[in-house]
Formats: sequence, structure tokens, C-alpha cells
Amino acid sequence: MDRKKTGLFLSLVAFLGIVISSPYLLAEEQEIPKKFFVPPPPFSPGIFPCSQCHQGMPVNRKPRKLEMHQDIVLKHMPGGWCFDCHNPDNRDKLRMANGKLVSFEESYILCGQCHGTILREWKAGLHGKRTGMWNGEKQYRLCVHCHWPHEPRFKPIKPLPPPVKPSDIK
Amino acid sequence: MKKVKKTREGIQLDRRTFLKGAALGVAGAALPSSNADASFWDSFFQKHFQEMNEAEIKQVIERLEKEYGEKYKKAITVGNEKAIPGVLFGYGLDLSRCIGCRRCEYACVDENNQSKDPQIHWITVLRFKKGEKWVDLEGSDKYYNPDLVPEPEYFYMPVQCQQCENPPCVRACPTQATWKEPDGIVVVDYNWCIGCRYCMAACPYGARHFNWTEPNRDPEEINTKTHYLGNRPRYKGVVEKCTFCIQRTRNGRYPACVEACPVGARKFGNLLDPNSEIRYAIEHKRVFRLKEDLNTYPKFYYFFAYGV
Amino acid sequence: MGNLIKNFFIALRQIFIGNRTYYLWIAFLSFFILLGISAYIDQLNRGLITTAMRDQVSWGLYISNFTFLVGVAAAAVLLVVPAYLYNFKPIKEIVLFGELLAVTAITMCVFFILVDMGQPMRVWHILPVIGAMHFPASLLAWDVVVLNGYLAINAIIAFYVLYRLSIGKEYSMSVIGPLIILSIPWAVSIHTVTAFLYNGLSSRPFWNASILAPRFLASAFCSGPAIMLVLFQIIRKLSEVEIDNKAIFKIAELIAYAMGINLFLLGAEAFKEFYSGAVDSYSIQYLYFGLHGKASLVPWMWSATLFNITAFFLFLFPKTRENFLTLNLGCLLIIMGVYIEKGMGLVVPGFVPDTLGEIYEYSPSTSEIIVTMGIWAGGALLYTLLLKFAVPIYTGKLRFETKEHRRMSTG
Repeated sequence: MDRKKTGLFLSLVAFLGIVISSPYLLAEEQEIPKKFFVPPPPFSPGIFPCSQCHQGMPVNRKPRKLEMHQDIVLKHMPGGWCFDCHNPDNRDKLRMANGKLVSFEESYILCGQCHGTILREWKAGLHGKRTGMWNGEKQYRLCVHCHWPHEPRFKPIKPLPPPVKPSDIK
Repeated sequence: MKKVKKTREGIQLDRRTFLKGAALGVAGAALPSSNADASFWDSFFQKHFQEMNEAEIKQVIERLEKEYGEKYKKAITVGNEKAIPGVLFGYGLDLSRCIGCRRCEYACVDENNQSKDPQIHWITVLRFKKGEKWVDLEGSDKYYNPDLVPEPEYFYMPVQCQQCENPPCVRACPTQATWKEPDGIVVVDYNWCIGCRYCMAACPYGARHFNWTEPNRDPEEINTKTHYLGNRPRYKGVVEKCTFCIQRTRNGRYPACVEACPVGARKFGNLLDPNSEIRYAIEHKRVFRLKEDLNTYPKFYYFFAYGV
Repeated sequence: MGNLIKNFFIALRQIFIGNRTYYLWIAFLSFFILLGISAYIDQLNRGLITTAMRDQVSWGLYISNFTFLVGVAAAAVLLVVPAYLYNFKPIKEIVLFGELLAVTAITMCVFFILVDMGQPMRVWHILPVIGAMHFPASLLAWDVVVLNGYLAINAIIAFYVLYRLSIGKEYSMSVIGPLIILSIPWAVSIHTVTAFLYNGLSSRPFWNASILAPRFLASAFCSGPAIMLVLFQIIRKLSEVEIDNKAIFKIAELIAYAMGINLFLLGAEAFKEFYSGAVDSYSIQYLYFGLHGKASLVPWMWSATLFNITAFFLFLFPKTRENFLTLNLGCLLIIMGVYIEKGMGLVVPGFVPDTLGEIYEYSPSTSEIIVTMGIWAGGALLYTLLLKFAVPIYTGKLRFETKEHRRMSTG
């Protein structure tokens, strides 16, 4: 009789303990809340989901020149290669350095592990193209909407024409 | 004294009569005649904007919308949104990112109905050579035209009206046609400005521009949503300048230049809101303002985001 | 009242009485006035784009002339001070003509402002009560007040004196005395306020120098009296007005001192700018040596300085001062030198380099020059017409009917 009661009591305590402490436990994991409403990732047409080709394909973790995806020349992170960001076991997700999986819709978390200061500023609204409402909903974009992740450095563009000189205004 | 003499050559007026007649004739020709010009007299006698009550302003706006409609054959709305309380606009510009592409310059032209011929630009993008003088602006070049930007040896700095907190232009204006609104925007009433250009001499940033002739804008390209103190079509002989897109910002939107910048160099927000990105920039970056030594207290903060 | 109107028309009739030279002169002036009016009508139609002013140099020939003429008007006081304060009789007689010149100069100033405005029909906005005069913050508002006040003071004094003389009476010092005393600081103030409207702009380092107001006054006291000397000699020649040589030489002496001060102040300014060589000095560098290859004003400035120095010496030494050939040469040199220095040498370099470092070389357009000449011709015409009845009244040739007198007016 007593063992049963003790068991019940302990379970109750444990249950209550988990319920009460769970917010604090979970908070320490720094879950990034999904309040950045971003447009969908700018995939090339038909490329996603990756699993439509990669399901069942054997995984080769050796850095090498690929037979597919030859249009991608990686100029990001010297010495790196595909699986530094892509998840070998499930191509529909990205993978962080600690193994945590990240969806393509939240790829900014992945970029932020190396570009932490930029991620911090992006969240504050200081980094990136700014559109939307300054006193309401700002429009955020994924990093990849502006920075092609395989070659993120912006290419120079043609400037718009210079202004007319005053002596040419008649 | 006989005014009209008949001589062999014909009728001869005496000098005085001739002069009187000529003067009256010239004056009469100069006066607006008849119909369209009830509007002219309303326009002539229009009071100072800050002295009109709501009903009078409404009448003025109706008249203006009618005038614009007749001129451009399009329905143009002239808004009169007031300053939002508790708001003081601030602008941030990240110099580490500007690539000098001028898309802000032209987005402004489209949004704010600026004259294309003669060309008026409210934003000027200056180019400086790395390593050479730049803070005094004397070595700047605004007419650069390379094939591609950014160029490796140069950096770029856009300048527009700084919406100073202590504006020298407002002090200088003899008719109070320009003043600072409660949300910090320095505005011009195009129907009150007399075109003396003293404000242009007073501005340390070259931000004010004059309509040397009738502004020329293709009706197809007119932005029909305007503000009385902002982007409504202007007249010959008045001064205009950047108004932080008052027609947008008082409705919660970003200025056109902020949204046009492809590299996100431009930031905008409410200086009185501790959570705005402009406050973030001021608190976390080393911001400076142009010609701070003149104590104009501009609201346009430059900073370099790379690094902390 | 009826007499007053009748006398007014009698005075007006004087302007139609003259010899052939007079009519040729009027025709000559009218030609330029009409040209000026037609150029101005074009400017009204098309806007100020007919001038060479643009955003970078937003003030040009019109404001240069305005500044020069405010100086000329202020210089009338150079006659008033010795005449009334020191009772120097030779000058006392000619103060009237100096005041009429001040009236003319201020009127020309008003016209130069009107042609420079983008929306001249809105000029009433600058008035208090019915407009929105930005007093005391705006120096332009101050300028409107002091210039119109000066015009009123001089017009009242001059017309009061003329009216009293015309009815054969003496003018009463108790009436105009206070006004005359007031006109002395007021004349200094009109030019000081005009200097301040440049001086107060921290955006233009060339103007934002304390030396500007003293330089304005010094150059005003050279150019205004030099014009007056030329005019007095003409008046003396063409009418029966007697102007003592002593008056002329005294004025010339005062011009010498004023020019000496002007040259000293120029030297002081040049030293500060060129020795310290900071960014603020680019404007004066542009004037005298050119900047980044742009040097269109350089020959003008060196000529102006040369003229001023030469004139200074001509007026300094009694031998050249009292020789009418060198005296008139000196007057001409001073008028040209100060006109250039105060006109193009003041307004344009304030805008070069502009606030963003750009250099736009301003050089007035033909339309601007024609309008300017039209206003000068208009001023000359106004002064001629004013003298046309002032001189006969002054010399006693013209007297009006009043209720007491039954003398007929002669003409």
C-alpha cells in the first residue's frame, strides 16, 4: 500500500516539477522564436524538395567535384564544401555545426552561427534591405534573398546615370 | 489741355496721355482675366498654412486637386496627414555598404514627382577616393560614371536634406515659408515661398533645390498620392527638398529611398522609440553627422556597420 | 489741398521741359529700360532659368548689384555727417542731392530684389500682419524693415526741404533735425544688416567672417561718394547750382581714408585665409588664383584690386586729388573696383566651392545683363527726373503758388 502511494506521490512531484520548470529549461536552449516572417526561400524552379532525387541515393561524404549541380561553384568559406551546411542524411534540411537541423525557411539560423554579429543586427532591423512599415510590420528577408549562399559577395552593378551639370541646364 | 490733336499726320496723342494709356495697357494685359482666374485670386490671397484652420485648408486642397487634375489630366490626391505624436524621425546610413548605384536618387525622383527637365534630384551621391580627404567634402565628385560600382578605390556617401533640429534654412526664410514640423521634418509650403533663395544660401548641405523654370513631369509618371507639404507637383520659382517622404512616413511606410536601396544601406525609424533600428544603430555603432561643427543637429546619422 | 495737387503737376511738368541733350539722354535711357523690360518679361514667362544662376550658385548679378547699391545709399550719410554734425558749409548745400541719390539707390535695390524673386507676385508675404514676416529671426526681414525705413527717412527729408524751398520758406531744423540725426546710424545699419545677412550663414565660410560688416561699410564709403562726386560735377556743369570745390575735395579726402581702411581689411582677410590655408580659404583662392583649374574670376579680381590701390593713391595726395582729371579718373576706378569687388567678388565666391565641394563657374547670362542695365537706366532716369524739379527749386528758379504768394511759377 505504502509503495503504491509513494510511487504516485513521486510521479506527481516529478510531473509538477517538469511542468513548472519546463519554461526555464527550454529557455536556456535559446530557441529562436519564429516571429521573423520572411518570404519563402528563392529556390530555382523544381529544385526543391531535394529528397525527390536524393531519397535513397547513397551518401558520399568525400569532398570532390560533383557530377550534378555543376552550375554551383562554391566561393564561400575557403576550404569548405557542401556538407558543411547541407545535411547529408536528409537533403531537405540544413545542418548546423552541432548537428542541429534547420529548415530552409529558417536558414538565417545557419548563417548566424558564423555571422553572429550580422544575425544580431538583422534581427534588430539594422542589416538588410528595409521595406514594410517602420511603425508596424517590417518585412524581413532571408539572407539568401540577397546573398547567393554559394557565392555571397555582391557583384558590382551598373550605376544609374550621373546628375546633369548645372551648366548643362538650359 | 487738349489730349488729342489732329494733325496732318493723323491723330497725335500728347505724351502724358500716351504714357498713361501704355501703362494701363501693359498692366491690364498682365492682370489675369475672367474665368479660370477666380482660382488665380484664391491662390494669390491664400493664407499662410499655419494660419489656416481645417476648413480653409480643406478648401485649398480641393482647389489644388482641381488645378492638378486639369493640368495633368489625372486624379491627384493631396493629403494633409499630421505628424504622429511621439514620433521624431531619424535616418541612418551605413557607409560600409553604400555602393554608389544611385537607385535611391532615382527612386526619390519617381516617388516625389521631381522635374525631369530641368532635372532636379533631392539626393546627391558623392564619391570619395579612399585615403584622401573626405570629411570637408571638398574632394567629392558627384558626376562619377563608371561602368560598374562599387569601384575598388572609392567609397560613396549619399547626401540629402538632413532635417536639422536647428535648421539654418528655417531661421533664414523671410516669409516663414519653411518650418520644422513636430515630427522633425522641415517642410516648405510651395504656395507661400517667394523664391528669394536665401534658404538655399543658408543650407550647409546643398539640400535645397530651386525650380528655375516650370517643372516638367510626364503625366504618365506622376505619383498621384501626394502630401501638401511634400511631393505634390511644385511651381516655377519655388524651393523644394527632401521631406523624408512625408506622404509615406506619416502613414507608417518607409521613405522610397530606404526601400529602393539594394544593399540595405539605408535605415529609418522613430528616434523616440527605443526599439527602432535607428536607435539600435545609434546605440551600437559609432554614428556621426555631417558638418556637426555648425550645430545644426541633423537627423541623418552616418555609420559603418562592419565591425562593432 | 488743391494747391498741393496743382503744384505737384507743375513740378511734374518740369520733367518735360529741357533741351535736346536732355531728350537724347531720356531717349537713351528709355531704350535700355525697354530692353530691360522685355528681357524681364521673358524671365517672368520662362522663370529664372534665363539667368545663369543654378542651384550651386543661387545668387548672382542681381544680388551683387543690390549689395553695391545698398552701399551707395548708405554713403549719403558721408555727406550728412560733416554737413550737419560739423556744420561744414560747403557740403551742407549738396546734402539734398546726396539724399535724392540715396532715394534712387534704394529704389533700384528694391527693383533688383523684385527681379531676383522666383514668385514676385507673392512679395506681400514678406510684410508683417498681412504677410508672415519672419522678424527678428530672418536677416532678410530686417533688411526689408531698415531699407524701407531709410527710404522713408531720406524721402521725407528731401521732399520736405524741397517743398519748403519751393514755397520760398526756410526749412525748420526742428522738423528734420531728428530725422537727420536718425539717418546717420540708420545708414550705417542698412549696410550692416545687409552685411549680416551674408555674415550670419555658417554654411558659407567665405561670408561667415567677422570682417565682412566692416569691409562692407568701408567699401560703401568709397563707392557711394565717388558716384556722388561724378554726379555733382555734372550737376554743376548743367545747371546753375554752385558746388564749392572745397566740398568736392573734402569728399575725395574722406574717400581716400575709407579706401585705405578697405584695403587694410582686404589685406587682413587675405592674410588670415592664405596663411592658415584651411578649407575656408578655398573661396578666396578661387577668386585670386583659381581653384582646380577654374579661374574665370581671377582677371576681374586682380583688376579690381589694382583699380582700388591706384584710386587710393590718387585720392590720398592732394596734388592728384585736386586735379580734376586725376580726380575723375580716381572716381571711375573706384566705382569699377568696388562694383567688381562687392558684386562678383562677394556673392559668387560664397557659393564656390559649394557646400558639397562642387565648383560651378557662374558668369551672368545676356538676359541677366540686359535686365540689370535696364534697372540702372531706370535709376538714372529716376535721378534725372528728381533733379529736374529739385534743381530749379534749389536755385530759386521754380517757385510754387501758395495762398500767400501770388508769384507765378516760371519754367
